Amino acid sequence: MRSFIYTLTFAFLVGLAFWAYQENIKTKNAIARTEKLQKEIGIARANLSILRAEWAYLNRPDRLTELVDLNYGRLQLVPLRATNFLEVDEINFLNDPDLPEIVSLPVSLTITASSHD
Amino acid sequence: MTETMNRIAIRPLSRILPARLRGDDPNKIEKENLKIRHEKMRDFERVRSNIRLLLIIVMFACIYTAIGARLAIMASSQPAEPIVQSNNSLISTQRADIIDRKGRILATNLETYALYVETRHLVDPLNTAHKLADLFDDLNADDLYSKFTSKRKFLWIKKKLSPEQMQAVHDIGEPGLRFGPRETRLYPNGALASHILGGTSFGKEGVKSAEIVGVAGIEKTFDSQLLDPLYSKKPLKLSIDLSIQAAVEHVLEGGMRLLNAKGAAAILMEVKTGRVISLASLPDFDPNHRPGLPSRGSEAESPLFNKAIQGVYDLGSTLKIFTVAHALELGLVDPKTKISTKGPIKMGEYKINDYKDNGPELPVWKVITKSSNLGTARIAKMIGPEKQREFLKSIGFAKPTSIEIIEAKVGKPLLPKQWNELETMTISYGHGISITPLHLAAGYAMLANGGRLVKPTLLEDPKSNLGPRVISKEVADTSLAMLRGVVMDGTASIADISGYFVGGKTGTADKPSAQGGYDKEKNITSFASIFPINDPKYVLVVTLDEPQDTSGPEPKRTAGWTAVPVSAEIIARVAPLLGLRPKFDNQSIVSVTLSSWQE
Repeated sequence: MRSFIYTLTFAFLVGLAFWAYQENIKTKNAIARTEKLQKEIGIARANLSILRAEWAYLNRPDRLTELVDLNYGRLQLVPLRATNFLEVDEINFLNDPDLPEIVSLPVSLTITASSHD
Repeated sequence: MTETMNRIAIRPLSRILPARLRGDDPNKIEKENLKIRHEKMRDFERVRSNIRLLLIIVMFACIYTAIGARLAIMASSQPAEPIVQSNNSLISTQRADIIDRKGRILATNLETYALYVETRHLVDPLNTAHKLADLFDDLNADDLYSKFTSKRKFLWIKKKLSPEQMQAVHDIGEPGLRFGPRETRLYPNGALASHILGGTSFGKEGVKSAEIVGVAGIEKTFDSQLLDPLYSKKPLKLSIDLSIQAAVEHVLEGGMRLLNAKGAAAILMEVKTGRVISLASLPDFDPNHRPGLPSRGSEAESPLFNKAIQGVYDLGSTLKIFTVAHALELGLVDPKTKISTKGPIKMGEYKINDYKDNGPELPVWKVITKSSNLGTARIAKMIGPEKQREFLKSIGFAKPTSIEIIEAKVGKPLLPKQWNELETMTISYGHGISITPLHLAAGYAMLANGGRLVKPTLLEDPKSNLGPRVISKEVADTSLAMLRGVVMDGTASIADISGYFVGGKTGTADKPSAQGGYDKEKNITSFASIFPINDPKYVLVVTLDEPQDTSGPEPKRTAGWTAVPVSAEIIARVAPLLGLRPKFDNQSIVSVTLSSWQE
């Protein structure tokens, strides 16, 4: 009886040791993976900051002005001025060739039109 | 069990019976035996408790040794990053970015490499020296070779390398050439807003890294905050708008070239909050390659000099409106009070005169629109030196501005030591008092803000910037109407841009000459404006150094022909970018006030 308990306890101890060993290995693997990921994140962040810097550099006002000047023939971009503002009723929506032809007035418009009669 | 088995009987018959026969008391035997038994038990217990004590001692000793050993290990070992818990992998020594009000990058960091040489690893010093000299223009082959073969073990070659240069150095294939990672500050917009940003340089340097420290401008003012790891993820947000800054600098530079000016400055500021949207000073510099301080000549000639906040100038007639506003506030005059403009006023050797004759008298509002020195001087005489000095002090013209650029501390106004009647009169029209263009902008913001002071700031989210009230709302509004008059039919008519109701005041001041006195041919011209005057939102101050319009038969040097057209172009360009909707009807309180005076 007693030797049976001893054997059982010893087996339990060996089991525990095995489990602890496995957990230890797993933890070490996890840490190694974290380190690798951290390094990757670090590199990704560094790349991101380079891309952001490059984006800012490519969009610097001096370069954009130069591009506007170079492409004036095609785009004809000029600085915005007070004369570029219009009242809504000055815009001729109806004659836009890109829009489909209006067959009949929309319902809401006909109602408001008739209510004025 | 064994104990009970070995137990000796207390009353053994073998002893009791003979004792009874002898007539002895058998109880004595019992007592004796009991005593022996108790002594044995006591001895046994003593040994047992001694063992227990020993066990406890050993146990505690073990525990304390373990704790002590752990403490000693922790104290003597290198601290390690808690890698498992931390989710922030970025090394937080990075300097924070600086962005504009819309989040566009003004300053950021870039990873580059520095080049150094470990001479003991050099295989072919002569070849290396020649190849490096071929790659970099500023290096000399002979010089490098002598350094490589000297006793030095280590020397820096280049502090920053571009990726192309680095590859070229790699291609030399020399094991003695080494690279150290460097984080460098990058200003992607080049010279744009250079005076605001200032610049950086390397602080403490090691092979693996180098600290970036601010040397000027906002980089220096906020150096500790930008370096603080707590802030490193949070960029510093400025009130500057990059596209507006670009437009202002573009127009200002064009104006400066056309008018052959030596320098120029412009400040665009929000009236209600004091936030500076654009601050430009020309000539400027590229903060990526910040030039050194000038070895000769005055500091003010250097491109590093910030004319908008460092340079103190006699800003001339732009200051007249403060004299008139002060007199209105004191109740000495009203807009229609007639003031004598007969000249000249003689004070000893000094003569005060108008730029051109304005007749015998003018109403106060016309003293401003016609920019009469004589009229303003006579109004100032009514105010007196004491009150004038107090007033100018109260609007901040006696100390440097508090804007967050480190150089602003240098921009200390120059006030006369003797402040008598003559000084009072000249100061009233802006001569004999030197302030920075930013002081002027803050003063005009006060007028536009209904008489309450406002502190200029470069931060998008400043703490409360509103100061105390210095003049009443009514006086401030009256002053605005007069400024509108200057543009409608005064010295600044070119600035009457349709849609934006500009109001402002011109100022032309002769520069002090090297021989003493003033140089008539060299001017500082400025135009301080507020727009739209009906509902003031922005203040713009433009200052030009020695401008000259040579398009006509005679050179024109007054502000009306120099600073005003430049300002007008800036407003026309910038107002739509600021989201101001132009208005074309002229029915406003300001125009009603103006026409009531004209009756």
